[in-house]
This record gives sequence, C-alpha cells and structure tokens, in this order.
Amino acid sequence: MLIAIPAGTQIFCWIATLWDGRPQFRTPLLFLLGFFFIFVIGGMSGLMVASVPLDTQVHDTYFVVAHLHYVLIGGAVFPLFGAFYYWFPKITGRMLDERAGRWNFWLFFIGFNLTFFPMHYLGLIGMPRRVYTYPGGLGWDELNLLVSMGAALIAASVALFVANAIWSRRHGQLAGDDPWNAGTLEWATTSPPQPWNFQEIPVVSGRAPLWEEPTPRQVVTGLRSDRRELLITGAVDAEPDHRGELPSTSIWPFLTALATTGLFIGSIFTPWAVPIGALPLFVTLVGWFWPKGGAAEPLPSPS
Amino acid sequence: MSAQPERIDVSGLPDYAFGQRSTLWWGTAGFIVIEATAFALALFAYFYLRSKSPEWPPGVAPPDLLWGTLNTLILLASTLPNQWAKNAAEAQKLGPVRLWLVVAMAFGVAFLVVRGFELAALNVAWDTNAYGSIVWAIMGLHTTHLLTDVVDTGVLTALMFTRHAHGRRFVDVSENAFYWYFVVLVWLPLYAVIYWVPRLH
Repeated sequence: MLIAIPAGTQIFCWIATLWDGRPQFRTPLLFLLGFFFIFVIGGMSGLMVASVPLDTQVHDTYFVVAHLHYVLIGGAVFPLFGAFYYWFPKITGRMLDERAGRWNFWLFFIGFNLTFFPMHYLGLIGMPRRVYTYPGGLGWDELNLLVSMGAALIAASVALFVANAIWSRRHGQLAGDDPWNAGTLEWATTSPPQPWNFQEIPVVSGRAPLWEEPTPRQVVTGLRSDRRELLITGAVDAEPDHRGELPSTSIWPFLTALATTGLFIGSIFTPWAVPIGALPLFVTLVGWFWPKGGAAEPLPSPS
Repeated sequence: MSAQPERIDVSGLPDYAFGQRSTLWWGTAGFIVIEATAFALALFAYFYLRSKSPEWPPGVAPPDLLWGTLNTLILLASTLPNQWAKNAAEAQKLGPVRLWLVVAMAFGVAFLVVRGFELAALNVAWDTNAYGSIVWAIMGLHTTHLLTDVVDTGVLTALMFTRHAHGRRFVDVSENAFYWYFVVLVWLPLYAVIYWVPRLH
C-alpha cells in the first residue's frame, strides 16, 4: 500500500498533465505513452509479488527479473529517451530525425516486451534468477531464444538512436525557438540558448507562460551587470523583493573538494587523518566563504 | 516584432534581505531538514540496537551525568547571546553584533572544552561493542555540527572586524544564529537518549 497508493496517484497526475497540456503526437510523446504502458504493467506485477503466497512461489525467479525491468526501464529509460528527443532541439538547435525516432521507439517497445514479457512465464515455471546458464530440456529453451531475439531488437534500436543523434547533430532540421508549441519558458529563448538565457528576465503569470502570452508584456530590468545578480522574489506571490548576488567563478570549491577527499580517504587508514585533514579543509572553506574584495564599502562607524 | 514590453525597473530594490526573504534562510532551513534526518536515523539505530540487546548498556556503566548535564546548560545559556547577536544583526548595529558574537563564541569554545571531558566520561570506547559504536557515532555527529558552527561563527566574528562588516554580512550573522538554534535544540533529545535511556529500568 505504501508503494501502490502514491504510485497510483502519480499515474493520475501524469494523465491530468497530458489532459491539461497540448500534446503533439511525435516521438517524445510515443516514448511517454510507452513509459505509461510499461510502467503500469510493472506496477501490476509489483502488486503480485507483494502478496505473500505468490511471492513464495516466484521469489528469486525470472518473474522478479521481468517485474523490475518493467519498472526500471519503463519508469526511467523510456522517459529518458522521450526527454532526449524533446530537449535535443533546445540543446543543439536541431531536431532529431522524426522517422528514425519512430523506428527507434517501435523497435525498442517491441524488443523490450519480447525480451521481458516471457520472463514472467519463465519465472512461474521455475527458472531461477542470477543464473548465466542452465541444462537444456527444462522447458525454458524456446522462450529464452525469444528473449535473446528481443534483446537483439533493443540493441538495433539503441544503435539507431545513437546514429540518429550523431547525424542530426550536424544535419538535422533547424529547430527554431519552439518546435513543439510548448508553453514553458525555455522555449521562449533561442536554440541553443545563450549562456545568459534571457537578456531581460520575462515576467510570467502562470505555469505555461508562452500559451498565455507568446511575447512577454513585461520584462525585468535594472539588475547590475558588473556582478552576478538575480532577482529574488517572495516565495508565494513572486513579488520582486530584492536583488540577490550569486557567487562568481572560484577555484576554492575545487580545493575544498580535494581537501575533503584527502580527509576521507586518509580516514580509511588512520583516525588521525580526521584532525589533520581538517586543517586544509578549514583553510579551503574559509577561502571559499571569505568575501572577495572590490565590492566592499567603507567600514561604518560602530554604533 | 510586436510592441516593446513594459520594463519593470528593480534597480531600486535592496540587495539583501533577512529571514524568509533571504535565499540563505531557505538554504539553511533545507540543510537543517537534512541534518535533522541524519540525527533521527542515528537515534533509530540506537534504539534498534537496544531492542536486540538483552542488557542496555551491555556490560558497561552508563555515561557519567556531570559533564553532559553541564554542557546541556551551557548550550541552553548560549541561546541568549545568540539571540542578541541575531537581533543586533537584523538592526544592522555593528557594535552589539561584535560584542554578542564574541560572547557566543566564548560559549561555543567552553562547550567544546567540556565536550572533551564528556567524551572521556562515556565509560565505553567506540570499538568495545555496538552500544559504544552508536554512542560515539551520535556524539561525533553532534560534535562535528558544533565544531563546524563554532568555526563558522569564528570566521564571521573575524569578518565583523574587517572592511566587509556591512550589508549582506549581517544576513550571514542572522542565519548563522538560526542554525545555532538547531544545533542547540537537536542536542536535547540526544542528551536524553545518551544519558538517560541507559538509566531506564
């Protein structure tokens, strides 16, 4: 229940997000729907292994291997592919090829199910997990051949994906700012974005600002350009509050990381590494936090 | 291109703010949540080990009460200069900030000295048994938090006597005081567990 209720709730959240959005039936959405489908099946077999009589039967069998791949590949790998197709144009300025993307998806989706769905049955008929081979004639041979063929489809799919990414990086169709008619702010700037993202910070009034007003009616100006300043707003209504200064580039965090690494690696060999290693750590932390000169104002008289 | 967007000029806004308005407050609050979780996990480990042991503490005397209790009082008393330093920082009065930071530092150093006597009176070494390991783990965890905050307070105190003692640095003093409250308050359940749970029968 601890897993099933939050997981069920989040599936309704995803459906609501799609419902509320303006989905485009292209490769990213294919991977997203594939993710829903696979992940929900993984959740169902999760409910099965949560029941004690069934778990006693399938514990440490290929049923569990099937279940966890439906959850992990469904829950993590499919969305990753989708996200890659979705944001690749923002990162590189070019679209991934759509036709190759559909091949990529269907090879992966069919290959995945061919690989992992038979494992449910293999587990139920007694094939233990964590074995690299088994004697023939136990009734597992044909299904495992099918599994291997599915794995070959997955490999072909991933090879096609890599080729697509490499080819599209140079020759893909130019993306423009917003190839998906998306609503969120990253699609308002150029693809790829400039290091500063926006010359002037746009004022947004909702979760999908580009759908509400394609060009911002208001922008923020007046931040200092001689140091890294960002507008800090109130936490609830996002009213402008003050101009916060962000740290500039510095070698100190790296030196701190070296000192920390030295301390912990040394502590494997002797407890003395902790007090001795604390000294360089102290120096680097203080060096990091000490205000850097330049911006200092005259010392006010103590009152 | 469409019409020029309206410009909101923020150059007149202040460049720092205190409390929940400051990003430093949110960072400190998030850090406190993480560290409080670490302490809670250590206490879970303590009670788990206790539930598995027929005798608690197993074969050794409980920690001596004197130093631990003294340190609890020092910590509680340190909240006064701490609060006064916080008040002075938020009023941006450099003189009182310097004074109360130095006093708060003195409390912190006194605490660390007494902590040495405390560790010597735990009546168990960290490698004696599982009880000794978890007691030293909890004490070490808390001492690390105190030591780092005393060092942090020391650096801030030094900073307050330099040309940097103005503006945003007062926010640092205020949020450092906020964190000190955490280090003090988290000690109370730790004190109860380390010193009084072994005395329950």
